[in-house]
Amino acid sequence: MNRLGAAAAGIWEFVAGDDWVTAAGVVLALGLTAAVSEETSAWFVMPLAVALLLALSIWRAARSDRHD
Amino acid sequence: MSGQALGLAVSVFLACAVEAVEAVTIVLAVGTTRSWRSALIGCGVAVIVLAATTAILGPRLTSLPIDTLRLFVGGLLLVFGLQWLRKAILRGAGLKAQHDEEEIYREEAAAAVAAGPRHQGLDGYAFTIAFKGVLLEGLEVVFIALTFGANQNRVGLAAAAAAAAVLLVTVAGVAVRAPLAKVPENAMKFGVGVMLTSFGIFWGAEGAGASWPGGDAALLVLVPAVLAFSLGLVRIFRASVPERPVMEAVEA
Repeated sequence: MNRLGAAAAGIWEFVAGDDWVTAAGVVLALGLTAAVSEETSAWFVMPLAVALLLALSIWRAARSDRHD
Repeated sequence: MSGQALGLAVSVFLACAVEAVEAVTIVLAVGTTRSWRSALIGCGVAVIVLAATTAILGPRLTSLPIDTLRLFVGGLLLVFGLQWLRKAILRGAGLKAQHDEEEIYREEAAAAVAAGPRHQGLDGYAFTIAFKGVLLEGLEVVFIALTFGANQNRVGLAAAAAAAAVLLVTVAGVAVRAPLAKVPENAMKFGVGVMLTSFGIFWGAEGAGASWPGGDAALLVLVPAVLAFSLGLVRIFRASVPERPVMEAVEA
C-alpha cells in the first residue's frame, strides 16, 4: 500500500507539479470550452483561461514569496 | 517543413536539450566523485526504461481518435507548459533563483562525498542517483516528444529532434567534462514554456470542439501572443520586487 501511495504521489507530482490549482484550472477550462462549443465557436475560451491561470499562479507565488 | 512540424522539432529539441543538460550534470557529479562505471550503468538502465516507455505508449497514443488525442495532448502540454512558463517568469522577475548548473553540480558532488565510502563493484549510490536523475529528467521529454509527435503523426520527427539534442549535449558534456553552465538554460526554458503553452491552447481547444479562425494559421498569432503576455508578466512582477539578493535554493 505504501508503494502504491508513493507511486500515486509521484505521478501526481509529475503531472500537477507544485501548482495543482493551475492543473485543475486547465481541466475546467477544457470542459468549459466543450460546453461553449455546443452553442458557438469557443476558440476564445482557452486563451482567456490560460492568461488568467498564469497570471494568478505568478501572483500567488509572488505573494507567498513576500510572506516568507 | 510546415509551421507545425517546425514548432514540433524546435520545441522537442529545446526541451530535450535542457533536460539533457540537467541529467549530464547529475551523472558527471556522481561519476567524478563516486564511480564512473556505476553512474554510466545507472544512466544506461534509465535510457532502456525510457525507450520501453516510449515503445509501449507511442502506439497506444497514435491509435486514439484525433479529437480525443488532441484533447488529451492539449491538456497535458498545457499542464507541463504552464509549469515551465511559471518557473521561467518567476526567474525572469527575480522571484526565484536562476538555474545554475555549477551550483547544482557542487551540491550533488558534496552529497555524493557525504554518502559514505564507495563500495567495490557496483556502487549503489552512484547507480541510484544517475538512474533517478536520467529517468526523471527523461520522462518529461518522453511525454512532450510523444504527445507532440503523435498529435501530428510525426513521432519519427519528434524522436529525431530528441535524439539530436541528447547526442549534442552528451558530446558536449564528454568534451568539457564539467557542468554545461554556459548553455542559456533559463532562456531555453522560457522558449519551451511558450511553445508548449501555445500548442496546448491550440490543440486543447480543438479537441474540446472549438474551431480556430484561420485554422492552423492561428498558431502564428498564438505563439507571439503567449510570448508577449509572458514577457509582460515578467515586467510587471519584476517592478514589484524590491532589489535584494536571491538567496533561495536552486531548483530544477
